[in-house]
Amino acid sequence: MDVAFIIETIVKIVVILLVFSALAGFGTYFERKVLAFMQRRLGPMHVGPYGLLQVAADGIKLFTKEDIIPQNVVKPIFKLAPVITAATAFMAAAAIPFWPEFTAFGYKVHPIVADVNVGILYVMAVMAIGLYGPLLGGMASANKFSLISAARSAAVFISYEVITGLALLAPLMMVGSLSLIDINNYQTGGISNWIAVSQPVAFILFWIAAFAETGRTPFHLVANDHEIIDGFGTEYSGMRWGLFFIGEYANMFFISFVMAIIFLGGYGDGSIAGALQLLLKVAFFFFFFLWTRAAWPDIRPDQLMWLCWKVLMPIAVVNVVITGVVILIKQGGM
Amino acid sequence: MHVEPFTDRNVSEQSAYYYVDIENYPVTGWDKFKQVVKRSIKGELFVGLWVVMRELIKFDIHTVQYPKEKLPIGPRYRAVHKLLRLWESGFERCIGCGLCEKICISDCIRMDTRIDENSRKEVTEYSINLGRCIFCGYCAEVCPELAIVHGDRYENASEQRAHFVIKDDMLTPLDFLTSGQQKEYPGFGAITPHEDERVAKTPLAY
Repeated sequence: MDVAFIIETIVKIVVILLVFSALAGFGTYFERKVLAFMQRRLGPMHVGPYGLLQVAADGIKLFTKEDIIPQNVVKPIFKLAPVITAATAFMAAAAIPFWPEFTAFGYKVHPIVADVNVGILYVMAVMAIGLYGPLLGGMASANKFSLISAARSAAVFISYEVITGLALLAPLMMVGSLSLIDINNYQTGGISNWIAVSQPVAFILFWIAAFAETGRTPFHLVANDHEIIDGFGTEYSGMRWGLFFIGEYANMFFISFVMAIIFLGGYGDGSIAGALQLLLKVAFFFFFFLWTRAAWPDIRPDQLMWLCWKVLMPIAVVNVVITGVVILIKQGGM
Repeated sequence: MHVEPFTDRNVSEQSAYYYVDIENYPVTGWDKFKQVVKRSIKGELFVGLWVVMRELIKFDIHTVQYPKEKLPIGPRYRAVHKLLRLWESGFERCIGCGLCEKICISDCIRMDTRIDENSRKEVTEYSINLGRCIFCGYCAEVCPELAIVHGDRYENASEQRAHFVIKDDMLTPLDFLTSGQQKEYPGFGAITPHEDERVAKTPLAY
């Protein structure tokens, strides 16, 4: 392993960390504004022009706030939990190609930290580990609401892992590779080649599951304000709570990237136009997370489980079987 | 005289009111599944998405940016009290009768009076404990001289609420009076319009 490679990787990691931490901050600003406009409000207006510096104000507040650790919590786990959430969110980004390859100053840059050949499996696995953030944080908090939230998060994340896995299986059978770059290259050549066109059911299922994975509104029962305060975040304050927040928003961005790359053609042929299209697709998915939050009600935990195990999972399994049969017929195996 | 027409809010053949038709809740799993499928295909979720998107596009913002913008308050709004002066002489209207002190149901008005050198009753101290005042308006209603009224100062955040109720603060300053800025209060206890026409002679038969 030569020095150039190590330096390149570290630079990439730092860039991704900085960009997505900042984006997570602006994600909160964007969410407030979009929700406000949809509810005929103005949103943040006072800090900076149109409230743009609200992000900075929030950041200063979170960093300088007293970090309270309640008396009866399990201290090491309580301190560790937010780090797990934020760290796993950013670790998942390692296998996501954010931009096609480009040449800068005569040096070829691959905008992906590690092009592992099991990319999507790695992303899904690390995102699944992110479950330990809410679970451990909630269980260590010595607070009943946090405990309920921890139980709910375990139930929801594990259940919807099944949906994501099964929904992804069908496209992966068609592509024949787990690398996100291979999946992207499979779809070059226009909208008709997109996996969302050939696998609409898998696309919808994965999209629904993405809401559960990120804990966004229709499936927001992990930290539902009107039932269990802030769920696992109830006892947290200052930057520890901020880490949960950054993790959640970074997760939203990364799962938007994953959906755009797997189902909507990613960056296409690798031109600048294709790359900009990828960003537009990601922006749409992110906007959709906010949009549903303004429009849709939350559902009950039992309804969520019912939807997962009795509706989505059978559909996903049937989808996998049908895809397998079609592939067999196409290959002339039958 | 205008009379509000009576709206029949009972559900009947004639009235516009009717019971909402609510389907029975599904009992079996199959019924629940059918309900989910029906709702998914009917596109209720997309109606919700469209409604919020429509508001986003219309951009019809209703926010009042409060410290910069303020909504007009009603003329009869009952905010922090005011003591008014006589228009002609500039004397205080308050005659120290103590009716407001008596009627105050939260017992928060306190006044001190004395007879001054003109043998006129003078109010030396007049204070309202705004921590107890419930802004019912009885003091303004009972005042025979229209002296204690409600003003329009509703922004009563201060280090001490007593700051609003020192007599000098409530009393109209003299330069305000001479420049004609003292406002009569149309709320409780004020003279109603066309009052002169309604005055009848006291019959002499007593």
